Amino acid sequence: MAGRASVQGGKRGFALPQVPKLLVYVVGFIPAVWLFYAGITDQLGADPMRYLEQALGLWALRFLIATLAITPLRQLFSINLLRYRRAIGLLAFYYALLHLITYMVLDQGLDFAAIGADIVKRPYITIGMATFVILVPLALTSNNAAIRRMGGQAWAKLHRLVYIAAIGAALHFILVVKSWPAEPLIYGAIVAVLLGYRLVRSLGRRPEPRRRTA
Amino acid sequence: AAPLPAAKSPFSTDEKLTSREDVTSYNNFYEFGVDKSDPARNAKTLKTSPWTVKIDGLVGKPQEIGVEDLIKESTLEERIYRMRCVEGWSMVIPWVGFPLADLIKRAEPLGSAKYIAFETANRPDEMSGLRSFLPVLDWPYREGLRLDEAMHPLTILAVGLYGETLPNQNGAPIRLVVPWKYGFKGIKSITRISFVEKQPQTAWNMQAPNEYGFYANVNPSVDHPRWSQATERRIGEGGLFAKRRQTLMFNGYAEQVASLYNGMDLRKYY
Repeated sequence: MAGRASVQGGKRGFALPQVPKLLVYVVGFIPAVWLFYAGITDQLGADPMRYLEQALGLWALRFLIATLAITPLRQLFSINLLRYRRAIGLLAFYYALLHLITYMVLDQGLDFAAIGADIVKRPYITIGMATFVILVPLALTSNNAAIRRMGGQAWAKLHRLVYIAAIGAALHFILVVKSWPAEPLIYGAIVAVLLGYRLVRSLGRRPEPRRRTA
Repeated sequence: AAPLPAAKSPFSTDEKLTSREDVTSYNNFYEFGVDKSDPARNAKTLKTSPWTVKIDGLVGKPQEIGVEDLIKESTLEERIYRMRCVEGWSMVIPWVGFPLADLIKRAEPLGSAKYIAFETANRPDEMSGLRSFLPVLDWPYREGLRLDEAMHPLTILAVGLYGETLPNQNGAPIRLVVPWKYGFKGIKSITRISFVEKQPQTAWNMQAPNEYGFYANVNPSVDHPRWSQATERRIGEGGLFAKRRQTLMFNGYAEQVASLYNGMDLRKYY
């Protein structure tokens, strides 16, 4: 969802065999379908709700990371996956939504007092909710009509919010665990590298400030 | 696992047991990895026999005891206890063990001994989690109890569960069980028990002092800074659609243990 409005085709990059975008969704939903099936048939271990909740959240973060990887892949390795970025970004949103629904319905049993207290009192849940709220307008404008209506520049500006969402998602993961186990830190580092790459590149491109003559 | 005959105990709950499968496959034992399925997979490498526990510090009879001798000399009891993890889940586990008080009396603590400190084995060769790039805790795992908590009849050293010797992932060959405290107090694979005058350092408290206190009594009204402790999920109950239960003060053992903390501010001494 990030970056400039989708530029179809593009002359750069070698030709990857193109697959229908629908296939991205079909493959992308395989983990969710398997997780729900395994959960209902009691194959998710001793604490199936927790397993499902965490796995859905992790897939949301993975798809977010995948959308952020598309620009560097194109710029550094001339691998152009731009045409799949919208699908991957929407998958991130759908997984975040499933993760949130699992938390609200299966974990908290729709106890809105407890959910409200969590959102207000627990920083990792505050951050998680805020991250989801950020993803909503991005998902709603992930269509050609929205790009036309908003204009490419405004649309691109809005979709830069995905950087904030990625930071939020990584923090949410790091803060939920006890101590500092490696896995959330590795995901955090990947997000940091992908965002750092953009920062360095944009700084490098910035024109020199004009010097004033004495 | 070898069978361990044990007498029934009036301290046991009659609640429905968590399945042996769940008790032995869903474990926090960071010496073998941070995922709950890691210990069952990785703990086989721990050599639990022979095994000695060193008893030292402020005692009349410092000693090293072999766990096999200890089991032979003890009257083993089955204690079916609730176990409440600080993460918000719980189990009901049929432990086999003996009161920690029995061992304490054997050691003849001096009047100056106010606390006891425990240590887990620290064997990187046998414990894959100790070889991780980023240490999750300051090893060895350490825990402690006030002497009166340690002497309480509910406090046991467990050497088995479900009528057999402990599987490695559950803390073989000998571990602590303090049912009114969060599970992390139940230090596993104990190699050392020291009698000391001052409150000892404990592993999780050293890692995050604002999150894990020395006392770690189960208390639904004192939240963990990052999550609520008001409710819990009972493992194996209702699968994916299990409802949370209310967490009970002192994990339901208030009648027996609340007097240990008379006059203490449990928000401060969490």
